[in-house]
Amino acid sequence: MSMASDPLGPTGGESSPPGAFAPVPCVVVRRSVESSDTVTLALRPADGGDFPPFSAGQFNMLYRFGVGEVAVSLSGDPAAAGERVHTVRAAGKVSSAIVGVSVGDVLGVRGPFGAGWPIDETEGRDVVVVVGGLGIAPVRPALYELLRQRDRFGRLEVIYGARTPADILYYAELQRWRSRHDLRFQTTVDAAGRDWYGDVGLVTDRIPDLRFDPTQTVAFLCGPEVMMRRSAQSLEARGLRSDAIFVSMERNMKCALGQCGHCQFGASFICRDGPVLCYADVKPRWNVREL
Amino acid sequence: MRASARPAAPALFTDHPFLHGFDPGFLSEIGEGAEDRSWEPGEFLLREGAEADWFHLLLHGKVALELEAYEKPRLTIQTLGPGDVLGWSWLVPPHHWQLDARAVKPTRTLSLRAEVLRRVLERRPADAYRFLLRLLPVIATRVQNARLQILDVHGV
Repeated sequence: MSMASDPLGPTGGESSPPGAFAPVPCVVVRRSVESSDTVTLALRPADGGDFPPFSAGQFNMLYRFGVGEVAVSLSGDPAAAGERVHTVRAAGKVSSAIVGVSVGDVLGVRGPFGAGWPIDETEGRDVVVVVGGLGIAPVRPALYELLRQRDRFGRLEVIYGARTPADILYYAELQRWRSRHDLRFQTTVDAAGRDWYGDVGLVTDRIPDLRFDPTQTVAFLCGPEVMMRRSAQSLEARGLRSDAIFVSMERNMKCALGQCGHCQFGASFICRDGPVLCYADVKPRWNVREL
Repeated sequence: MRASARPAAPALFTDHPFLHGFDPGFLSEIGEGAEDRSWEPGEFLLREGAEADWFHLLLHGKVALELEAYEKPRLTIQTLGPGDVLGWSWLVPPHHWQLDARAVKPTRTLSLRAEVLRRVLERRPADAYRFLLRLLPVIATRVQNARLQILDVHGV
């Protein structure tokens, strides 16, 4: 059964996105090892149908039959037809089982869900992207969109922080991006051996060097919450308004439909109202302990 | 190990952001014996345990701060570039470096003599206070960054 041919999904309701309730069987058609614990999977519907379109920043629920379901951001090109790409780190029982799949295995897919990056709203403005660790995965679709429509935007500055050089994801693609003249892509790692000639330090160390007009800039942040918080503070110190900063939040998503409440973050459900939220709304809640 | 050095020209003192805004007389005093140094990749600017006798201000290039732990590979914990300053052990007794600093790229520094700095800071408390207000945020940021590195936020 194709998700696109059945707009309500197998058991979807009126306001639910396609494939909202029942996982659609999808075949793993490609598996790329990114690091010791992270893989990128390309999926196609098992019935040969099409996926519904998605926006950069949205996520799917991936179901490893007999093990469980977990939320994973879409990390491929939104314009690429026929397959959906996810980058998964083995962090728990379910994600480890998904990382362990082989080409030809079948996963269940629900989605896409949530609110993505406000790409259209950035037209004519500089764009700053600060990502850490696996946070580059949910931002990668936005980078594809921004680069495809490069003339619509001003400067494009990206800082990517990884744990070590061996943990850098999409290495070959990053090398291509680093060679572009219309994008400044900086990579830094938390620690390295002597065989690494790049930068070592936190992404926040690089923010003072970013080139952008603070009155005409939008920032996308994605990564560990403490990293996003400090990056947002540093960008504010550079003159960026809090309502021009967007963060991709992560909580324990279960239903992905804003029904079960597992991912509640103050007045928001991250699965429905996020994962991308405006920092101006998030900022006061980040000061509330254990929220 | 000694980099090529020559007396620092006065213009260098206005080139580095760390020294912006200080009283010219103060800069002249702390500049006594200062050197304009060039370091080749692989040269050490500091060695752990050695006397902290210089305060380096980076003008060009890149420097890696390295730690060596017994039976573990040498680890780079931070890289510094133009506009950064290197080391504060010259201010803290017993004035010994606590890590290694190695040039990764051809690097140029404005290097101030620690003995001169300590003497001038002692004699000019108002300027010393401003100097420390400039240095403390550097120290605080590096301590905060070290805390985040200990948290290993990207690894969880």
